[in-house]
Amino acid sequence: MWLAKVIVSYKTGILDPEAKAIYNALISFHEGILSEGYQDINKIEVGKYFQISFSDTVNREKAEELTKQACDKILSNPVIQKYKFQLEEVSK
Amino acid sequence: MKLGVVVFPGSNCDHDTYHVLKKVVKAKVEYIWHKETGLNFFDAIILPGGFTYGDYLRVGAVARFSPVMKEVVKFANSGGPVLGICNGFQILLEAGLLPGSLITNDHLRFRCQDVYIKVANNKSCFTKCYESNQVLKMPIAHYSGNYFADKETIEKLEGEDSIVFQYCSSNGDVVPEANPNGSMLNIAGILNEDKNVLGMMPHPERAAEKILGSEDGLGIFNSLLGKN
Repeated sequence: MWLAKVIVSYKTGILDPEAKAIYNALISFHEGILSEGYQDINKIEVGKYFQISFSDTVNREKAEELTKQACDKILSNPVIQKYKFQLEEVSK
Repeated sequence: MKLGVVVFPGSNCDHDTYHVLKKVVKAKVEYIWHKETGLNFFDAIILPGGFTYGDYLRVGAVARFSPVMKEVVKFANSGGPVLGICNGFQILLEAGLLPGSLITNDHLRFRCQDVYIKVANNKSCFTKCYESNQVLKMPIAHYSGNYFADKETIEKLEGEDSIVFQYCSSNGDVVPEANPNGSMLNIAGILNEDKNVLGMMPHPERAAEKILGSEDGLGIFNSLLGKN
């Protein structure tokens, strides 16, 4: 059975206030969160992870095509977001 | 007795809480900015409702690391009373001062309405002005108020008498129809083991003046102040 693991995140340059707030908290409250090394963190990106499982009759090619369609049509907004995915063959 | 109301970026019930404490129950109260690190002058701390840090990451997850929280944890661990209302409750859970978690309402809707809650434990420093099993009317306003915990935690809460408020019907029956968000056991508020930390989803500060429809929330503040 094929399984698609999809990550959707913002394109470079699109303002992501959530990522910015988390980054600022991490850097300014570093004593409560990290003991050291906070200055080595340059950026945080926030994304969404999806897992799509296909029925047994779907081959790799078909799974890839369906995943692409799902990403383009609903899982991401191509104006502001990018996506990447990998396909894995798993046993049920 | 002096109370402190913590102000985080995104708190929005801080002024209501301050108003009720100062003008209605006539207590000594001060705001505490979230970057403060000294709580020595306070006898009780309140984390008000709101949407701290835009609810980013998880509700309460960023506020829990605000500098003041280290002091709030110390304050609570030394026995000081800490009350978390709505988002304040969510912060207390993220900070580990209370067990469990508040997840998205089961019906996926933001609920802003009056509810009835039953006082299941009237022996704590927050609830001694109430009768046992008294039914209170208070508003809720939240999207993530669905209390969830694993089986052991729920059993522990029950065994310790830490479930302090439960959603109920107007005559006090704890039934599924009275549950506005899917909370396990209709939980609306819990106490920690030592009973000096209370987290609750309903807003007592919005039910503290007759003109606003209910004065049932006053008992919490009066209990804290040691009134009868």
